Amino acid sequence: MLFNLSPDEQQALLLTLGVSARAVGFGLPLAILVAAILSRVRFPGRFLLHAVVHLPLMLPPVVTGWLLLLVFGVNGPVGAALEKYFGVRLVFTEAGAALACLVMIFPLMVRSIRLSLEAIDPGLLQAACTLGAGPFDRFLSITLPLAMPGLLTAAVLGYTASLGEFGAVITFAANIPGETQTLPLAIYAALETPGGEQAAARLSVVAILLALLGLGVAELVGWRAGRRRT
Amino acid sequence: MTLRVEVEHRYRTGAVSVSFEAPTPGVIALFGPSGSGKTTVMNAMAGLLRTRHVRVNLNGVALQMIAPSQRQIGYVFQDGRLFPHLTVQHNLHYGAKRSGARKPGAGQDDVIALLGLSALLKRWPHTLSGGERQRVAIGRALLRQPRLLLMDEPLSALDQARRDEILPYLARLRSAFSLPIVYASHALDEVMRLADTLVLLESGRVRAAGKMTDLVSRLGLPLAMREDAAGVLLGRVFDHAPERRLSAVACGSTVFRVPMLAVPEGSDVRLRVLARDVILATNEPRGISVTNMLEARITEVLRIEADHAMLVQLELVGGGQLLSRVTVDAAERLGLRHGMVVLALVKAVSVELLA
Repeated sequence: MLFNLSPDEQQALLLTLGVSARAVGFGLPLAILVAAILSRVRFPGRFLLHAVVHLPLMLPPVVTGWLLLLVFGVNGPVGAALEKYFGVRLVFTEAGAALACLVMIFPLMVRSIRLSLEAIDPGLLQAACTLGAGPFDRFLSITLPLAMPGLLTAAVLGYTASLGEFGAVITFAANIPGETQTLPLAIYAALETPGGEQAAARLSVVAILLALLGLGVAELVGWRAGRRRT
Repeated sequence: MTLRVEVEHRYRTGAVSVSFEAPTPGVIALFGPSGSGKTTVMNAMAGLLRTRHVRVNLNGVALQMIAPSQRQIGYVFQDGRLFPHLTVQHNLHYGAKRSGARKPGAGQDDVIALLGLSALLKRWPHTLSGGERQRVAIGRALLRQPRLLLMDEPLSALDQARRDEILPYLARLRSAFSLPIVYASHALDEVMRLADTLVLLESGRVRAAGKMTDLVSRLGLPLAMREDAAGVLLGRVFDHAPERRLSAVACGSTVFRVPMLAVPEGSDVRLRVLARDVILATNEPRGISVTNMLEARITEVLRIEADHAMLVQLELVGGGQLLSRVTVDAAERLGLRHGMVVLALVKAVSVELLA
Protein backbone atom coordinates (compact mmCIF):
# COMPACT_ATOMS: atom_id res chain seq x y z
CA MET A 1 0.00 0.00 0.00
CA LEU A 2 1.12 3.49 -0.84
CA PHE A 3 0.53 4.82 2.62
CA ASN A 4 1.51 2.62 5.45
CA LEU A 5 -1.36 3.34 7.77
CA SER A 6 -0.97 2.08 11.29
CA PRO A 7 -3.67 -0.26 12.61
CA ASP A 8 -5.14 2.64 14.59
CA GLU A 9 -5.26 4.81 11.52
CA GLN A 10 -6.85 2.03 9.46
CA GLN A 11 -9.43 1.65 12.18
CA ALA A 12 -10.20 5.36 12.07
CA LEU A 13 -10.62 5.16 8.28
CA LEU A 14 -12.95 2.14 8.41
CA LEU A 15 -14.90 3.70 11.24
CA THR A 16 -15.36 6.91 9.26
CA LEU A 17 -16.60 5.02 6.20
CA GLY A 18 -19.02 3.03 8.36
CA VAL A 19 -20.32 6.04 10.27
CA SER A 20 -20.92 7.97 7.05
CA ALA A 21 -22.66 5.00 5.44
CA ARG A 22 -25.04 4.84 8.38
CA ALA A 23 -25.61 8.58 8.35
CA VAL A 24 -26.56 8.46 4.66
CA GLY A 25 -28.42 5.15 4.92
CA PHE A 26 -30.74 6.38 7.66
CA GLY A 27 -30.76 10.00 6.59
CA LEU A 28 -31.60 9.64 2.89
CA PRO A 29 -35.10 8.12 3.18
CA LEU A 30 -35.96 10.68 5.82
CA ALA A 31 -34.52 13.46 3.66
CA ILE A 32 -36.68 12.30 0.71
CA LEU A 33 -39.75 12.43 2.91
CA VAL A 34 -38.96 15.87 4.30
CA ALA A 35 -38.02 17.23 0.86
CA ALA A 36 -41.31 15.90 -0.56
CA ILE A 37 -43.26 17.51 2.25
CA LEU A 38 -41.44 20.84 1.97
CA SER A 39 -41.80 20.99 -1.80
CA ARG A 40 -45.39 19.77 -2.08
CA VAL A 41 -47.40 20.35 1.06
CA ARG A 42 -48.44 23.70 2.46
CA PHE A 43 -49.22 23.42 6.17
CA PRO A 44 -49.02 25.73 9.20
CA GLY A 45 -45.80 24.37 10.72
CA ARG A 46 -44.00 24.38 7.40
CA PHE A 47 -41.57 27.16 8.24
CA LEU A 48 -40.74 25.55 11.57
CA LEU A 49 -39.85 22.25 9.86
CA HIS A 50 -37.83 24.16 7.30
CA ALA A 51 -35.95 25.99 10.04
CA VAL A 52 -35.24 22.91 12.18
CA VAL A 53 -33.95 20.99 9.16
CA HIS A 54 -31.69 23.79 7.97
CA LEU A 55 -30.46 25.03 11.33
CA PRO A 56 -27.32 22.80 11.44
CA LEU A 57 -26.21 24.43 8.18
CA MET A 58 -26.18 27.87 9.82
CA LEU A 59 -25.23 27.12 13.41
CA PRO A 60 -21.68 26.57 14.65
CA PRO A 61 -21.33 22.75 14.63
CA VAL A 62 -20.43 22.85 18.30
CA VAL A 63 -23.82 24.29 19.05
CA THR A 64 -25.50 21.54 17.04
CA GLY A 65 -23.49 18.97 19.00
CA TRP A 66 -24.49 20.54 22.27
CA LEU A 67 -28.16 20.66 21.25
CA LEU A 68 -27.88 16.96 20.38
CA LEU A 69 -26.48 16.35 23.86
CA LEU A 70 -29.45 18.18 25.35
CA VAL A 71 -31.96 16.11 23.41
CA PHE A 72 -30.27 12.74 23.00
CA GLY A 73 -28.02 12.83 26.08
CA VAL A 74 -28.54 10.43 28.96
CA ASN A 75 -30.74 12.97 30.71
CA GLY A 76 -32.27 14.41 27.53
CA PRO A 77 -35.93 13.65 26.76
CA VAL A 78 -35.22 11.40 23.78
CA GLY A 79 -31.95 10.01 25.07
CA ALA A 80 -33.48 8.93 28.38
CA ALA A 81 -36.41 7.25 26.65
CA LEU A 82 -34.11 5.42 24.22
CA GLU A 83 -32.04 4.11 27.09
CA LYS A 84 -35.06 3.15 29.19
CA TYR A 85 -37.08 1.32 26.53
CA PHE A 86 -34.48 0.09 24.05
CA GLY A 87 -31.29 0.09 26.07
CA VAL A 88 -29.72 2.27 23.38
CA ARG A 89 -27.22 4.91 24.35
CA LEU A 90 -26.10 7.43 21.74
CA VAL A 91 -23.70 9.75 23.55
CA PHE A 92 -20.07 8.74 23.20
CA THR A 93 -20.91 5.81 20.88
CA GLU A 94 -20.38 5.03 17.22
CA ALA A 95 -24.15 5.26 16.67
CA GLY A 96 -23.98 8.72 18.25
CA ALA A 97 -21.25 9.74 15.82
CA ALA A 98 -23.48 8.57 12.95
CA LEU A 99 -26.41 10.59 14.36
CA ALA A 100 -24.28 13.73 14.64
CA CYS A 101 -23.14 13.27 11.02
CA LEU A 102 -26.71 12.62 9.90
CA VAL A 103 -27.99 15.84 11.47
CA MET A 104 -25.15 17.81 9.91
CA ILE A 105 -25.57 16.47 6.36
CA PHE A 106 -29.39 16.37 6.50
CA PRO A 107 -29.94 19.94 5.22
CA LEU A 108 -27.54 19.32 2.32
CA MET A 109 -29.43 16.22 1.27
CA VAL A 110 -32.88 17.79 1.70
CA ARG A 111 -31.82 20.75 -0.40
CA SER A 112 -30.44 18.69 -3.25
CA ILE A 113 -33.47 16.37 -3.28
CA ARG A 114 -35.90 19.25 -3.07
CA LEU A 115 -34.34 20.95 -6.06
CA SER A 116 -34.69 17.82 -8.15
CA LEU A 117 -38.26 17.24 -6.97
CA GLU A 118 -39.24 20.78 -7.85
CA ALA A 119 -37.64 20.45 -11.28
CA ILE A 120 -40.15 17.74 -12.20
CA ASP A 121 -42.82 18.98 -14.59
CA PRO A 122 -46.12 18.77 -12.69
CA GLY A 123 -47.74 18.08 -16.06
CA LEU A 124 -46.15 14.65 -16.05
CA LEU A 125 -47.84 13.88 -12.76
CA GLN A 126 -51.15 15.08 -14.18
CA ALA A 127 -50.65 12.79 -17.15
CA ALA A 128 -49.90 9.89 -14.82
CA CYS A 129 -53.07 10.68 -12.90
CA THR A 130 -55.23 10.50 -16.03
CA LEU A 131 -53.53 7.19 -16.84
CA GLY A 132 -54.81 5.68 -13.61
CA ALA A 133 -52.00 6.26 -11.12
CA GLY A 134 -52.97 7.33 -7.60
CA PRO A 135 -50.77 9.65 -5.49
CA PHE A 136 -48.48 6.98 -4.03
CA ASP A 137 -48.21 5.19 -7.37
CA ARG A 138 -47.25 8.50 -9.02
CA PHE A 139 -44.58 9.11 -6.41
CA LEU A 140 -43.02 5.69 -7.00
CA SER A 141 -43.38 5.49 -10.76
CA ILE A 142 -42.75 9.09 -11.82
CA THR A 143 -41.37 11.30 -9.06
CA LEU A 144 -38.69 9.00 -7.65
CA PRO A 145 -37.19 7.85 -10.96
CA LEU A 146 -37.12 11.40 -12.31
CA ALA A 147 -35.54 12.67 -9.09
CA MET A 148 -32.99 9.84 -9.11
CA PRO A 149 -30.03 11.99 -10.23
CA GLY A 150 -30.81 14.38 -7.37
CA LEU A 151 -31.08 11.49 -4.92
CA LEU A 152 -27.75 10.06 -6.00
CA THR A 153 -26.12 13.47 -5.85
CA ALA A 154 -27.58 13.97 -2.38
CA ALA A 155 -26.23 10.61 -1.25
CA VAL A 156 -22.74 11.24 -2.63
CA LEU A 157 -22.59 14.81 -1.34
CA GLY A 158 -23.90 13.75 2.05
CA TYR A 159 -21.47 10.88 2.30
CA THR A 160 -18.50 13.04 1.39
CA ALA A 161 -19.52 15.83 3.73
CA SER A 162 -20.14 13.32 6.49
CA LEU A 163 -16.55 12.03 6.24
CA GLY A 164 -15.34 15.46 7.35
CA GLU A 165 -17.78 16.24 10.17
CA PHE A 166 -15.89 17.47 13.19
CA GLY A 167 -17.51 19.87 15.62
CA ALA A 168 -20.82 18.15 16.17
CA VAL A 169 -19.23 14.72 16.37
CA ILE A 170 -16.57 15.65 18.90
CA THR A 171 -19.09 17.51 21.04
CA PHE A 172 -21.77 14.83 21.01
CA ALA A 173 -19.79 11.61 20.62
CA ALA A 174 -16.38 12.66 21.94
CA ASN A 175 -13.05 11.50 20.56
CA ILE A 176 -12.74 7.84 21.53
CA PRO A 177 -10.31 5.84 19.35
CA GLY A 178 -12.02 2.84 17.78
CA GLU A 179 -15.44 4.05 18.89
CA THR A 180 -16.09 7.61 17.78
CA GLN A 181 -12.73 8.78 16.49
CA THR A 182 -13.39 9.44 12.82
CA LEU A 183 -10.82 10.62 10.31
CA PRO A 184 -10.92 14.36 11.10
CA LEU A 185 -10.90 13.61 14.82
CA ALA A 186 -7.90 11.33 14.36
CA ILE A 187 -6.10 14.04 12.43
CA TYR A 188 -6.87 16.52 15.18
CA ALA A 189 -5.63 14.07 17.82
CA ALA A 190 -2.45 13.40 15.84
CA LEU A 191 -1.70 17.11 15.57
CA GLU A 192 -2.16 17.46 19.32
CA THR A 193 0.35 14.70 19.92
CA PRO A 194 4.06 15.70 19.84
CA GLY A 195 5.65 14.22 16.69
CA GLY A 196 2.27 13.36 15.23
CA GLU A 197 2.66 15.44 12.02
CA GLN A 198 3.55 12.35 9.97
CA ALA A 199 0.39 10.58 10.97
CA ALA A 200 -1.66 13.72 10.41
CA ALA A 201 -0.19 14.09 6.91
CA ARG A 202 -0.95 10.48 5.98
CA LEU A 203 -4.54 10.79 7.18
CA SER A 204 -4.96 14.12 5.42
CA VAL A 205 -3.87 12.60 2.12
CA VAL A 206 -6.45 9.87 2.63
CA ALA A 207 -9.07 12.53 3.33
CA ILE A 208 -8.10 14.42 0.17
CA LEU A 209 -8.31 11.24 -1.92
CA LEU A 210 -11.74 10.41 -0.50
CA ALA A 211 -12.96 13.91 -1.26
CA LEU A 212 -11.71 13.70 -4.85
CA LEU A 213 -13.35 10.30 -5.24
CA GLY A 214 -16.64 11.69 -3.97
CA LEU A 215 -16.41 14.63 -6.33
CA GLY A 216 -15.68 12.27 -9.24
CA VAL A 217 -18.67 10.07 -8.45
CA ALA A 218 -20.94 13.12 -8.14
CA GLU A 219 -19.75 14.38 -11.53
CA LEU A 220 -20.34 10.96 -13.07
CA VAL A 221 -23.87 10.81 -11.71
CA GLY A 222 -24.65 14.29 -13.03
CA TRP A 223 -23.16 13.50 -16.42
CA ARG A 224 -25.11 10.28 -16.85
CA ALA A 225 -28.34 11.98 -15.82
CA GLY A 226 -27.72 14.82 -18.26
CA ARG A 227 -27.00 12.41 -21.10
CA ARG A 228 -30.27 10.56 -20.69
CA ARG A 229 -32.44 13.64 -20.58
CA THR A 230 -31.34 15.49 -23.71
CA MET B 1 -76.38 8.44 -25.54
CA THR B 2 -75.13 11.86 -24.56
CA LEU B 3 -72.30 13.70 -22.89
CA ARG B 4 -73.41 16.52 -20.63
CA VAL B 5 -70.82 18.88 -19.22
CA GLU B 6 -71.08 21.82 -16.83
CA VAL B 7 -68.01 23.67 -15.63
CA GLU B 8 -67.77 26.81 -13.56
CA HIS B 9 -64.45 28.22 -12.50
CA ARG B 10 -63.24 31.60 -11.41
CA TYR B 11 -59.78 32.95 -12.11
CA ARG B 12 -58.38 36.18 -10.83
CA THR B 13 -58.68 37.58 -14.34
CA GLY B 14 -62.04 36.17 -15.33
CA ALA B 15 -64.52 33.39 -15.08
CA VAL B 16 -65.34 30.29 -17.04
CA SER B 17 -68.93 29.18 -17.11
CA VAL B 18 -69.55 26.57 -19.74
CA SER B 19 -72.18 23.95 -20.27
CA PHE B 20 -72.96 21.85 -23.30
CA GLU B 21 -74.52 18.62 -24.35
CA ALA B 22 -73.63 16.41 -27.29
CA PRO B 23 -74.57 13.02 -28.71
CA THR B 24 -72.02 10.22 -28.29
CA PRO B 25 -70.01 8.60 -29.69
CA GLY B 26 -68.66 11.38 -31.83
CA VAL B 27 -66.14 14.18 -31.84
CA ILE B 28 -67.11 17.26 -29.87
CA ALA B 29 -64.90 20.19 -30.78
CA LEU B 30 -64.33 23.02 -28.32
CA PHE B 31 -63.40 25.85 -30.61
CA GLY B 32 -62.17 29.25 -29.57
CA PRO B 33 -59.11 31.47 -29.27
CA SER B 34 -56.59 30.87 -26.52
CA GLY B 35 -57.93 32.10 -23.22
CA SER B 36 -61.49 31.19 -24.12
CA GLY B 37 -61.60 28.40 -21.54
CA LYS B 38 -60.94 25.24 -23.55
CA THR B 39 -58.18 23.88 -21.32
CA THR B 40 -60.05 24.88 -18.16
CA VAL B 41 -63.06 22.85 -19.26
CA MET B 42 -60.92 19.83 -20.09
CA ASN B 43 -58.86 19.96 -16.90
CA ALA B 44 -62.04 20.24 -14.88
CA MET B 45 -63.53 17.26 -16.70
CA ALA B 46 -60.40 15.19 -16.03
CA GLY B 47 -60.34 16.26 -12.39
CA LEU B 48 -56.98 18.03 -12.71
CA LEU B 49 -58.43 21.37 -11.65
CA ARG B 50 -60.40 22.11 -8.53
CA THR B 51 -63.38 24.11 -9.68
CA ARG B 52 -66.38 25.68 -8.06
CA HIS B 53 -68.67 23.42 -9.96
CA VAL B 54 -68.16 20.61 -12.40
CA ARG B 55 -70.48 18.00 -13.75
CA VAL B 56 -69.58 15.43 -16.38
CA ASN B 57 -72.36 13.07 -17.22
CA LEU B 58 -71.54 10.44 -19.82
CA ASN B 59 -74.42 8.15 -20.78
CA GLY B 60 -75.94 8.54 -17.33
CA VAL B 61 -72.71 8.08 -15.34
CA ALA B 62 -71.64 11.03 -13.18
CA LEU B 63 -67.89 11.01 -13.79
CA GLN B 64 -67.13 13.89 -11.43
CA MET B 65 -67.96 11.59 -8.51
CA ILE B 66 -65.04 9.31 -9.39
CA ALA B 67 -61.46 10.00 -8.25
CA PRO B 68 -59.48 11.58 -11.11
CA SER B 69 -57.10 8.64 -11.40
CA GLN B 70 -60.02 6.21 -11.68
CA ARG B 71 -62.16 8.24 -14.08
CA GLN B 72 -60.90 6.47 -17.18
CA ILE B 73 -60.77 9.70 -19.08
CA GLY B 74 -57.93 9.60 -21.58
CA TYR B 75 -56.16 12.93 -21.96
CA VAL B 76 -53.86 13.93 -24.79
CA PHE B 77 -52.05 17.11 -23.81
CA GLN B 78 -50.84 19.83 -26.11
CA ASP B 79 -47.23 19.07 -25.17
CA GLY B 80 -47.47 15.28 -25.22
CA ARG B 81 -46.13 14.79 -21.72
CA LEU B 82 -44.42 11.48 -22.38
CA PHE B 83 -42.50 10.18 -19.39
CA PRO B 84 -38.84 10.90 -20.18
CA HIS B 85 -37.51 8.01 -18.10
CA LEU B 86 -39.54 5.38 -19.94
CA THR B 87 -39.24 4.01 -23.46
CA VAL B 88 -42.11 4.41 -25.90
CA GLN B 89 -43.19 0.86 -25.11
CA HIS B 90 -43.28 1.50 -21.38
CA ASN B 91 -45.02 4.81 -21.87
CA LEU B 92 -47.72 2.95 -23.79
CA HIS B 93 -47.94 0.31 -21.07
CA TYR B 94 -48.20 2.83 -18.26
CA GLY B 95 -51.92 3.38 -18.62
CA ALA B 96 -52.68 -0.09 -19.98
CA LYS B 97 -51.20 -1.72 -16.87
CA ARG B 98 -53.41 0.43 -14.68
CA SER B 99 -56.58 0.02 -16.71
CA GLY B 100 -57.45 -3.28 -15.07
CA ALA B 101 -57.98 -4.71 -18.53
CA ARG B 102 -59.35 -8.21 -18.43
CA LYS B 103 -57.24 -9.20 -21.39
CA PRO B 104 -53.89 -7.43 -21.25
CA GLY B 105 -52.75 -6.51 -24.73
CA ALA B 106 -56.25 -6.63 -26.14
CA GLY B 107 -56.59 -3.76 -28.54
CA GLN B 108 -52.94 -2.93 -28.13
CA ASP B 109 -51.98 -4.28 -31.53
CA ASP B 110 -54.85 -2.36 -33.10
CA VAL B 111 -53.78 0.89 -31.49
CA ILE B 112 -50.12 0.37 -32.41
CA ALA B 113 -51.07 -0.42 -36.00
CA LEU B 114 -53.56 2.43 -36.27
CA LEU B 115 -51.03 4.99 -35.08
CA GLY B 116 -48.05 3.41 -36.82
CA LEU B 117 -46.08 3.00 -33.62
CA SER B 118 -44.45 -0.40 -34.09
CA ALA B 119 -41.14 1.04 -35.28
CA LEU B 120 -40.94 3.41 -32.31
CA LEU B 121 -41.45 1.01 -29.40
CA LYS B 122 -37.80 0.75 -28.35
CA ARG B 123 -37.07 4.48 -28.68
CA TRP B 124 -36.76 7.06 -25.91
CA PRO B 125 -39.13 10.04 -25.92
CA HIS B 126 -36.35 12.57 -26.44
CA THR B 127 -35.37 10.92 -29.72
CA LEU B 128 -38.85 11.31 -31.22
CA SER B 129 -40.03 14.06 -33.55
CA GLY B 130 -42.91 16.25 -32.40
CA GLY B 131 -45.36 14.33 -34.56
CA GLU B 132 -44.17 10.95 -33.35
CA ARG B 133 -44.39 12.13 -29.77
CA GLN B 134 -48.03 13.14 -30.19
CA ARG B 135 -48.85 9.81 -31.84
CA VAL B 136 -47.35 7.98 -28.85
CA ALA B 137 -49.27 10.24 -26.47
CA ILE B 138 -52.50 9.41 -28.29
CA GLY B 139 -51.68 5.71 -28.20
CA ARG B 140 -50.90 5.87 -24.50
CA ALA B 141 -54.23 7.53 -23.76
CA LEU B 142 -56.11 4.98 -25.90
CA LEU B 143 -54.46 1.99 -24.25
CA ARG B 144 -55.75 3.23 -20.92
CA GLN B 145 -59.08 2.04 -22.40
CA PRO B 146 -60.82 5.32 -21.69
CA ARG B 147 -64.55 5.81 -21.82
CA LEU B 148 -63.96 9.38 -22.93
CA LEU B 149 -60.97 10.90 -24.69
CA LEU B 150 -59.90 14.51 -24.21
CA MET B 151 -57.52 16.08 -26.71
CA ASP B 152 -56.24 19.54 -25.90
CA GLU B 153 -54.91 21.11 -29.09
CA PRO B 154 -52.87 18.01 -29.83
CA LEU B 155 -51.55 19.49 -33.07
CA SER B 156 -50.95 23.10 -32.15
CA ALA B 157 -47.31 22.57 -31.17
CA LEU B 158 -46.56 21.03 -34.57
CA ASP B 159 -45.66 22.59 -37.90
CA GLN B 160 -47.95 22.20 -40.91
CA ALA B 161 -46.15 19.14 -42.28
CA ARG B 162 -46.40 17.30 -38.95
CA ARG B 163 -50.03 18.27 -38.59
CA ASP B 164 -50.81 16.84 -42.00
CA GLU B 165 -48.99 13.70 -40.91
CA ILE B 166 -51.19 13.21 -37.85
CA LEU B 167 -54.59 14.42 -39.06
CA PRO B 168 -55.30 11.23 -41.02
CA TYR B 169 -54.57 9.18 -37.89
CA LEU B 170 -57.06 11.28 -35.97
CA ALA B 171 -59.68 10.86 -38.67
CA ARG B 172 -59.12 7.11 -38.55
CA LEU B 173 -59.34 7.16 -34.78
CA ARG B 174 -62.73 8.82 -35.04
CA SER B 175 -64.16 6.01 -37.13
CA ALA B 176 -62.21 3.06 -35.68
CA PHE B 177 -63.24 3.38 -32.04
CA SER B 178 -66.72 4.24 -30.96
CA LEU B 179 -65.31 6.58 -28.36
CA PRO B 180 -66.59 10.00 -27.43
CA ILE B 181 -63.82 12.52 -28.05
CA VAL B 182 -63.67 16.11 -26.83
CA TYR B 183 -61.23 17.97 -29.03
CA ALA B 184 -60.05 21.48 -28.22
CA SER B 185 -58.68 23.50 -31.09
CA HIS B 186 -58.35 26.97 -32.47
CA ALA B 187 -57.71 25.72 -36.02
CA LEU B 188 -60.86 25.74 -38.12
CA ASP B 189 -59.60 23.17 -40.63
CA GLU B 190 -59.04 20.58 -37.86
CA VAL B 191 -62.54 21.18 -36.58
CA MET B 192 -64.06 20.83 -40.04
CA ARG B 193 -62.22 17.58 -40.59
CA LEU B 194 -62.95 15.94 -37.27
CA ALA B 195 -65.89 17.41 -35.43
CA ASP B 196 -69.45 16.16 -35.34
CA THR B 197 -70.57 18.61 -32.69
CA LEU B 198 -69.12 22.07 -32.34
CA VAL B 199 -69.04 24.14 -29.15
CA LEU B 200 -67.94 27.71 -29.81
CA LEU B 201 -66.27 29.29 -26.80
CA GLU B 202 -65.74 32.99 -26.30
CA SER B 203 -64.10 34.44 -23.17
CA GLY B 204 -65.24 31.64 -20.91
CA ARG B 205 -68.76 31.26 -22.26
CA VAL B 206 -70.51 29.18 -24.89
CA ARG B 207 -71.29 31.39 -27.85
CA ALA B 208 -73.07 28.65 -29.77
CA ALA B 209 -73.25 24.86 -29.82
CA GLY B 210 -74.68 22.40 -32.28
CA LYS B 211 -73.96 20.25 -35.30
CA MET B 212 -70.66 21.29 -36.83
CA THR B 213 -72.03 21.43 -40.37
CA ASP B 214 -74.78 23.81 -39.23
CA LEU B 215 -72.59 26.08 -37.18
CA VAL B 216 -69.84 26.64 -39.73
CA SER B 217 -72.35 28.11 -42.14
CA ARG B 218 -74.48 30.00 -39.64
CA LEU B 219 -74.47 33.70 -40.42
CA GLY B 220 -73.81 35.94 -37.47
CA LEU B 221 -71.26 33.60 -35.94
CA PRO B 222 -67.63 34.56 -36.40
CA LEU B 223 -66.89 31.41 -38.42
CA ALA B 224 -68.95 32.57 -41.41
CA MET B 225 -67.21 35.94 -41.41
CA ARG B 226 -63.76 34.48 -41.79
CA GLU B 227 -61.70 34.58 -44.95
CA ASP B 228 -61.77 30.76 -45.04
CA ALA B 229 -65.50 30.48 -44.28
CA ALA B 230 -66.90 27.38 -45.94
CA GLY B 231 -69.73 24.92 -46.08
CA VAL B 232 -68.93 21.38 -44.96
CA LEU B 233 -70.93 18.46 -46.35
CA LEU B 234 -70.94 14.88 -45.15
CA GLY B 235 -71.22 12.50 -48.08
CA ARG B 236 -70.51 9.09 -49.43
CA VAL B 237 -68.53 8.21 -52.52
CA PHE B 238 -70.96 6.26 -54.70
CA ASP B 239 -69.47 6.22 -58.15
CA HIS B 240 -66.19 6.63 -59.96
CA ALA B 241 -66.24 7.62 -63.61
CA PRO B 242 -62.70 6.88 -64.79
CA GLU B 243 -63.45 7.92 -68.40
CA ARG B 244 -64.37 11.44 -67.18
CA ARG B 245 -61.78 11.31 -64.39
CA LEU B 246 -64.48 12.29 -61.93
CA SER B 247 -65.92 10.77 -58.79
CA ALA B 248 -69.44 11.30 -57.54
CA VAL B 249 -70.18 11.99 -53.90
CA ALA B 250 -73.74 11.90 -52.57
CA CYS B 251 -74.67 14.24 -49.75
CA GLY B 252 -78.30 13.34 -49.14
CA SER B 253 -79.62 13.42 -52.68
CA THR B 254 -77.27 16.19 -53.70
CA VAL B 255 -74.54 14.86 -55.95
CA PHE B 256 -71.13 16.51 -56.13
CA ARG B 257 -68.73 15.64 -58.90
CA VAL B 258 -65.13 16.01 -57.90
CA PRO B 259 -61.79 15.12 -59.46
CA MET B 260 -61.27 11.35 -59.27
CA LEU B 261 -60.80 10.25 -55.64
CA ALA B 262 -58.39 7.59 -54.45
CA VAL B 263 -60.85 6.14 -51.94
CA PRO B 264 -63.12 3.15 -52.62
CA GLU B 265 -66.81 3.50 -53.44
CA GLY B 266 -68.93 3.53 -50.30
CA SER B 267 -66.38 5.53 -48.27
CA ASP B 268 -67.70 8.27 -46.04
CA VAL B 269 -66.05 11.58 -46.84
CA ARG B 270 -66.28 15.21 -45.84
CA LEU B 271 -66.33 17.87 -48.47
CA ARG B 272 -65.48 21.50 -47.97
CA VAL B 273 -66.47 24.29 -50.32
CA LEU B 274 -65.16 27.77 -49.56
CA ALA B 275 -67.76 30.51 -49.56
CA ARG B 276 -65.79 32.60 -52.04
CA ASP B 277 -65.73 29.67 -54.52
CA VAL B 278 -69.52 29.40 -54.82
CA ILE B 279 -71.01 31.27 -57.78
CA LEU B 280 -74.73 32.07 -57.79
CA ALA B 281 -76.88 32.15 -60.92
CA THR B 282 -80.56 32.77 -61.52
CA ASN B 283 -80.54 31.03 -64.92
CA GLU B 284 -78.65 27.97 -66.01
CA PRO B 285 -75.59 29.26 -67.85
CA ARG B 286 -74.38 27.51 -71.01
CA GLY B 287 -70.90 26.86 -72.27
CA ILE B 288 -69.33 27.05 -68.86
CA SER B 289 -66.64 24.87 -67.28
CA VAL B 290 -68.38 24.57 -63.92
CA THR B 291 -69.25 20.92 -63.22
CA ASN B 292 -71.63 21.19 -60.30
CA MET B 293 -74.86 23.17 -60.74
CA LEU B 294 -76.99 22.67 -57.66
CA GLU B 295 -80.44 23.95 -56.97
CA ALA B 296 -80.50 25.81 -53.67
CA ARG B 297 -82.78 27.97 -51.59
CA ILE B 298 -81.46 31.13 -49.99
CA THR B 299 -82.10 30.80 -46.25
CA GLU B 300 -80.36 33.92 -45.05
CA VAL B 301 -78.48 36.92 -46.37
CA LEU B 302 -76.01 39.06 -44.46
CA ARG B 303 -74.37 42.23 -45.69
CA ILE B 304 -70.77 42.80 -44.59
CA GLU B 305 -70.34 46.55 -44.98
CA ALA B 306 -66.62 46.63 -44.40
CA ASP B 307 -65.90 44.29 -47.32
CA HIS B 308 -68.72 45.48 -49.65
CA ALA B 309 -69.69 41.84 -49.69
CA MET B 310 -72.78 39.79 -49.12
CA LEU B 311 -72.83 36.41 -47.37
CA VAL B 312 -75.54 34.10 -48.62
CA GLN B 313 -76.56 30.97 -46.77
CA LEU B 314 -77.91 28.26 -49.04
CA GLU B 315 -79.92 25.16 -48.32
CA LEU B 316 -79.31 22.72 -51.16
CA VAL B 317 -82.54 21.22 -52.40
CA GLY B 318 -81.03 17.74 -52.23
CA GLY B 319 -79.67 18.34 -48.72
CA GLY B 320 -76.63 20.06 -47.26
CA GLN B 321 -75.69 23.66 -46.63
CA LEU B 322 -73.35 25.99 -48.46
CA LEU B 323 -72.17 29.52 -48.01
CA SER B 324 -71.61 31.91 -50.86
CA ARG B 325 -69.78 35.19 -50.66
CA VAL B 326 -70.61 37.62 -53.43
CA THR B 327 -70.24 41.35 -53.92
CA VAL B 328 -73.00 43.68 -52.88
CA ASP B 329 -73.22 44.68 -56.50
CA ALA B 330 -73.81 41.09 -57.69
CA ALA B 331 -76.41 40.52 -54.99
CA GLU B 332 -78.29 43.63 -56.09
CA ARG B 333 -78.09 42.77 -59.80
CA LEU B 334 -79.55 39.31 -59.16
CA GLY B 335 -81.97 40.58 -56.50
CA LEU B 336 -80.84 37.92 -54.03
CA ARG B 337 -83.16 37.64 -51.08
CA HIS B 338 -84.37 35.22 -48.46
CA GLY B 339 -86.45 32.32 -49.84
CA MET B 340 -85.32 32.68 -53.44
CA VAL B 341 -84.25 29.58 -55.36
CA VAL B 342 -80.98 29.91 -57.26
CA LEU B 343 -78.33 27.75 -58.84
CA ALA B 344 -75.13 27.32 -56.85
CA LEU B 345 -72.23 26.77 -59.23
CA VAL B 346 -69.26 24.92 -57.78
CA LYS B 347 -66.21 23.98 -59.83
CA ALA B 348 -65.21 20.36 -59.30
CA VAL B 349 -61.69 21.51 -58.38
CA SER B 350 -63.10 23.78 -55.70
CA VAL B 351 -64.58 20.88 -53.80
CA GLU B 352 -62.00 19.91 -51.26
CA LEU B 353 -61.89 16.47 -49.75
CA LEU B 354 -61.19 16.57 -46.01
CA ALA B 355 -59.29 13.53 -44.75
